Amino acid sequence: MPHRSIPRMPRWRLIAYVSAALVMMPLLVLLLSWQSIDTSIWGHLLQTQMVRLISNTLVLVLGVGVGVIVLGVSLAWLTSLCEFPGRRFFDWALMLPFAIPAYVLAFVSVGLFDFSGPFQSLLRDWFGNDFRLFFSIRSTSGVVLVLTLVFYPYVYMLARGAFLAQGKGLMEASRVLGHTPWQGFWRVAIPMARPAIGAGAALAIMETLADFGAVSVFNYDTFTTAIYKTWYGFFSLQSATQLASLLLLFVFMALFLERRAQGSRRFPGVDRPRQGALYHLKGYRGWLATGFCLTVLALAFFIPVAQLIYWLVHSGIHDLDSRYWGIIRNTLMLGAMAAAITVTFATLIALARRLQPIRRVRSAVAMANLGYALPGSVLAVGIMFAFSFLDNTVVIPLSAALGVENPSPLLLGSVFALLLAYLIRFMAVAHGPIDTSLARIRPSLPEAAQSLGQTGWGVFWRVYLPLLLPGALSAALLVFVDVLKEMPATLLMRPFGWDTLAVRIYGLTTEGDWQRASLPALTLVLAGLLPVIVLIRRTGRR
Amino acid sequence: MSAKRSIVAASLALTAFTGLAQAKELVVYSSRQEHLIQPAFELYTKNTGVDIKFITDREGPLMARLRAEGANTPADIFMTVDAGNLWQAEQQELFQPMESKVIEENIPAQYRAESGQWTGLSLRARTIAYSTERVDPKELSTYEALADDSWKGRMCLRTSKKVYNQSLVATMLESIGAEKTSDVIKGWVANLAAPVFSDDTALLKAIDAGQCDVGIVNTYYFGRLSKEEPGVKVALFWPNQDDRGVHVNISGAGVTKHADQPEEAVKLIEWLTTEEAQRVFVDINMEFPANDSIEPSKEVAAWGDFKADTINVEVAGRRQPEAIMLMDRLGWN
Repeated sequence: MPHRSIPRMPRWRLIAYVSAALVMMPLLVLLLSWQSIDTSIWGHLLQTQMVRLISNTLVLVLGVGVGVIVLGVSLAWLTSLCEFPGRRFFDWALMLPFAIPAYVLAFVSVGLFDFSGPFQSLLRDWFGNDFRLFFSIRSTSGVVLVLTLVFYPYVYMLARGAFLAQGKGLMEASRVLGHTPWQGFWRVAIPMARPAIGAGAALAIMETLADFGAVSVFNYDTFTTAIYKTWYGFFSLQSATQLASLLLLFVFMALFLERRAQGSRRFPGVDRPRQGALYHLKGYRGWLATGFCLTVLALAFFIPVAQLIYWLVHSGIHDLDSRYWGIIRNTLMLGAMAAAITVTFATLIALARRLQPIRRVRSAVAMANLGYALPGSVLAVGIMFAFSFLDNTVVIPLSAALGVENPSPLLLGSVFALLLAYLIRFMAVAHGPIDTSLARIRPSLPEAAQSLGQTGWGVFWRVYLPLLLPGALSAALLVFVDVLKEMPATLLMRPFGWDTLAVRIYGLTTEGDWQRASLPALTLVLAGLLPVIVLIRRTGRR
Repeated sequence: MSAKRSIVAASLALTAFTGLAQAKELVVYSSRQEHLIQPAFELYTKNTGVDIKFITDREGPLMARLRAEGANTPADIFMTVDAGNLWQAEQQELFQPMESKVIEENIPAQYRAESGQWTGLSLRARTIAYSTERVDPKELSTYEALADDSWKGRMCLRTSKKVYNQSLVATMLESIGAEKTSDVIKGWVANLAAPVFSDDTALLKAIDAGQCDVGIVNTYYFGRLSKEEPGVKVALFWPNQDDRGVHVNISGAGVTKHADQPEEAVKLIEWLTTEEAQRVFVDINMEFPANDSIEPSKEVAAWGDFKADTINVEVAGRRQPEAIMLMDRLGWN
């Protein structure tokens, strides 16, 4: 709904266009790769690879999509509307897996549950050497399971927020109207939470499409692994970027589905969020809920962390020197700076879409969110080419003209460039929570403010901003944790001396040295824990 | 606007500063990992006073970065693993020739570029690992023989995405021809006991646990595993001793085309081929010295002497795309 009463502010449009341009810059570099085609590589890809790659990718995306929705929504429903033993703990603890990078959970799971791992070895000790498990972790279902466990927190967090915001009276009204709890869930709660669930699932799916680390551990070939194989194996960066631009088609599909899932209706929240539980799960049903939550939490968090701790104790602490503190500081600083910048931009473009809902602005905002689904390295290469172009054509001639001796590139290899890469990559992550909280601001509110004499910026400062702060904080924490975990773009674009924990993990794990990486991996998880806990406890039901 | 202007001003000031501070500092882009290169670099700095800055990443992104930076690159040296990668860097014109008697004397010709643009610094043998419980070493002879039916359901391989396997197959293509290589790979894939692994260590553990009986691995992974778990029931076998020998690959380096200090860079690479450096650079990863006048470390020497394939490792790069396409077609994922 356009708010005609708000005076048009061309500034909003400009903000949307500039943000879109920023994100599109590396994407355009990718599209430029289509100037020529290496027919031998493409012939090979089309003949022997493409069908398998596309079907693998679709299966993965569908599996993880369904998985995160089922897991995220059911857990959110339990912790936000029901009462059962341990609910207060699970309410925030179920967000903890968000602090675990996908590649870490993948490696730990394969290490534990593959044939040579301790789990199956133990079973062989018990049942004899010929014992074979029916389930193989290194399979399609294994990779779907692991990515579901890593990415469900996106859906959990957003769905939980939506359920809490639906308010106390709603489900009770549905009950009075004769709905069973089950009917109320399907007919009232879910339809109203659809935008939030859709946003969470879209984030999970985009992460899945971009993932390289976790699927490589499983050796599960997707579009993204093919991009890297084409790049590193055939040494054809051009064909790789062409593949990457095709990956964007998948992204458009995911975004389209998200829009469809959101539907056209918007449900502004109520003023007083729910305080008490609606359903008291008694007896075995309560314990069933407890068991369910506990299983998820154990698989997605406690077991991997226990494994990391075991490795740390077992193989000793390596590389704990004075530089280590510097690495932690770099990681936290990059996370904080990126969070601040990204949230600022995401808030501005979300507002732009709300205040200027014309078609071009909406498309610009959609484009500004595209960076998330690109594999980090590919995105980073796009940014790198764009920056080195600027360096070579603008910065260096300029500094030479100003009399600088030995002018060197400034953008590439600067903190600024790295932060820009994070902004482009994580805009969509910040956009989700901000847009959701924006959607809950009733149109009548700013209108009322206007009738009381507030002008454009006044409405922004006094109405939108205070109401957006909670969403912006969630967004900032999400981006912060995501930047901590980010590996490929950091590797390529970090300035000298700006190694992060993820870079350290990469260095130790490329040659399969996972035990030695337990220290940086644990530190990374710990650094991510605090924001995750803050993120969720702030909004808990008392 | 003013913010932008001050950024530009600050940046320019920074350029001026780095311009002054450039004396006696080398910059290395390396896809060989930090903990494997740092001890040698620290020793060099101690010996000579030359500081070494480095960035580590995968070779693909580093090469892309070198190319994008062009003449303005801060890098003096590009260091990577696998001859295929080095050859590719040469094709992309990222190196300049090093004219160095020291390197030519220390490193055998098959581990250097004919053009003199790069040199190997350490050697890694990719050989057969077998279960000491279920395999009699007498059953083993060559890489090709593992394609035999008698190994059905007993073989394990690492993913074909790893460059080590791509180089192995590329040199096979050169040595025994496309037809035979294709038959061998068909046999290997048909003999697989489990889906291919994502790293050599996992493969070795699978042999130890009984999931498969033989596999093909780089020796240092075995060295590392047997150091961590001394009781591991796996041993190494040197194949093809009656013909071309064990497949050997390198890690190596070259001076970048646009290095600011090419002479200093050559000096560092020369030093890396000397005994003092090789002891640190090579032994830290349980590899074989590329300088053939130097003995391998005691733990590495314990695996026994072997005849190495003397084919020039450049082949690995030249025939790599062909090798990948072959593996893709035959279902080696």
